[in-house]
Amino acid sequence: MSRPCPLSGHRPKVGREKARVRVCRGGPRRRSGTPCLTSAAPSVHNRVRHGVLDLRIAIALLALWTLLSLPALAVERFPPPDFSNHQLPVTTVPPPQFAANPYVDVALLALALALASYLAIRRRSRRGLFLLTIASLVWFGFIRHGCICPVGSIQNVTLAIFDRAYAVPWAVAAFFALPILFTLFFGRTFCASVCPLGAVQELVALWPVKVPAWVDHSLGLLSYVYLGLGVLFSATGTAFLICRYDPFVGFFRLAASANMLIFGACFLVVGAFIGRPYCRYLCPYGALLRLVSRFSKWHVKIPPDECIRCRLCEDVCPYGAIREPTVATAVTERRRGRRRLAVLIGLAPLWIALGFWLGTRLEVPLSELHPTIRLADRIRQEQTGRVQGTIDASDAFRNTGRAPADLYRQALALSAMFRTAGGWFGAWVGLVVAAKLIHLSIRRQRNDYQPDRSGCVSCGRCFWYCPVEQAKQGWIQEVPGTGPLFGENSLPAEQAAGRKMDLSP
Amino acid sequence: MSHQQDIKRIMHRRAFVGNALRVAGALGIGGAVAGLTVRKGEGRPWVWQIDPSKCIACGNCATHCVLDESAVKCTHSFGMCGYCDLCTGYFHPEPIALNSGAENQLCPTGAIRRTFVEDPYFEYTIDERLCIGCGKCVKGCNTFGNGSLFLQVRHDRCQHCNECSIAIACPSQAYRRVPADQPYLLKLREAKG
Repeated sequence: MSRPCPLSGHRPKVGREKARVRVCRGGPRRRSGTPCLTSAAPSVHNRVRHGVLDLRIAIALLALWTLLSLPALAVERFPPPDFSNHQLPVTTVPPPQFAANPYVDVALLALALALASYLAIRRRSRRGLFLLTIASLVWFGFIRHGCICPVGSIQNVTLAIFDRAYAVPWAVAAFFALPILFTLFFGRTFCASVCPLGAVQELVALWPVKVPAWVDHSLGLLSYVYLGLGVLFSATGTAFLICRYDPFVGFFRLAASANMLIFGACFLVVGAFIGRPYCRYLCPYGALLRLVSRFSKWHVKIPPDECIRCRLCEDVCPYGAIREPTVATAVTERRRGRRRLAVLIGLAPLWIALGFWLGTRLEVPLSELHPTIRLADRIRQEQTGRVQGTIDASDAFRNTGRAPADLYRQALALSAMFRTAGGWFGAWVGLVVAAKLIHLSIRRQRNDYQPDRSGCVSCGRCFWYCPVEQAKQGWIQEVPGTGPLFGENSLPAEQAAGRKMDLSP
Repeated sequence: MSHQQDIKRIMHRRAFVGNALRVAGALGIGGAVAGLTVRKGEGRPWVWQIDPSKCIACGNCATHCVLDESAVKCTHSFGMCGYCDLCTGYFHPEPIALNSGAENQLCPTGAIRRTFVEDPYFEYTIDERLCIGCGKCVKGCNTFGNGSLFLQVRHDRCQHCNECSIAIACPSQAYRRVPADQPYLLKLREAKG
């Protein structure tokens, strides 16, 4: 059976009586019966015989094809026909469908923040906060698929600072700024019941255990490191790391790679025992809010009146954010503490310098994430014969016709940029470590149980369990006991048990 | 009494300084972010799109989208199409016959409809409900044809992720952000000059 020409669609019809003339408008006119001329499909090509003329045309076409097959050029091998009575269909271009209008998005965020702040600080309603948490999870999580979110917006803002061509959309900018502004005045009410990532962990915090303080403090540094990495990679235009490794967005979309789903599931399983592991130890926006929340004006307070030191709040806080009253220390110890503080402050520049130096060493592993550097690496390996075969990326690069030397130059420039950026990242980590050590060495005086302003997410459990609060709300007759956990009169344990069952509204 | 007044005054001053700093901080953050937004003019949203001149139709679009059925679909620029009888975007390299038999088609889901227009021209339209964005037809059309078939992020489906997960996997770095009011990078006959 005769084979059609893949170039022209022309099919030799040998031995047919009423052979029609088919015109391939890009190539020479041929009559049917002439063997089809192909240059680009060897399997077909081999089966037909060529005349000398055809061969010459074949060579010419082959040259033309090689020239024109660069993907950057649109090739018009077959000039489009001019139809007399056929209307060309129109290529449809459906406009972007955003699940919600940006005005609605921002308005809802502001409303949720205001409501959360009102419920946490004014109404002091754990139930209200809990309901708002679920509402936020449904809207910002499952309906809006967790995008846009303030956590990821850090990267957009960073990219806008460093990339002249990119302007952060105003809605994203609002998502970045609004929670920070609210935190500056009301504490982390955003984390309490607006953030969908926090909400999903809030709901699974079922059997929280107390994390030892040193583990809590050390792991807490991770979020600052992650923040540094997120800023580094978005500033260099490499990647949006925070979005890429968002553990819960896969659940919100009900679609993700298996690895990310397992990653997210791990966080949920761990989250049943360690309250909000992502918020406490990884969330970069949480790290920002922790800094800001330290200076918040109206932060959640536990007892509305005098603290009876029942420690119920400390017991019930799943996030280890309640700080106990301080005990008086001896003068000698205070003096020693002061000396330690002075040493640590003096050492801070050293930490930062050390971090900077170590950061510049990180040039290679950090730059590995950049696609251009990866490509340059691959091309280099292929050219020196260190790896066999090619990959899509290297094929695509060769098709562009760019000289590898050009790519190497670009990669080297990027690499130098990563060296500097790595230095700054290291300095940031050094600063964080130094600040943590200094912060731990500052002695504070507390007379009653208070939430740690940076660690507290204003979930409201502490005052919900507080007997003083309960007496004030009229849920119980009077404040039981007066000392810390006294004997049989310490009703709170029973109370707590009763409340625990009530917790889910 | 005067001691208490002193304490009161100090507390008052502290509160005042604290408030002033807070308001200054709020204004600073708000101003900085607003400045970033308006610096380039509009603060419009961005969307992801494929630059067809860089696309190599590797097939990652079909597999790396966060959606089960990719937001990327084949798009046809009819003005560029040669309306070939033997369309290398439609037919398998070695078709048994030039008809719409499944064994002859390149498209794994049969998403391209081939209709006769006039001798010897055939029109090829994409059924977007069936297209999975694998780019097999795009590769065929680019290699032997006019390249009128190309992949585009269809914005009625795209979720507008902050970082497109196909863009991460794209070997030719063909993905880029484009303004949402010009969300397509179409191949046009006029555009090629």
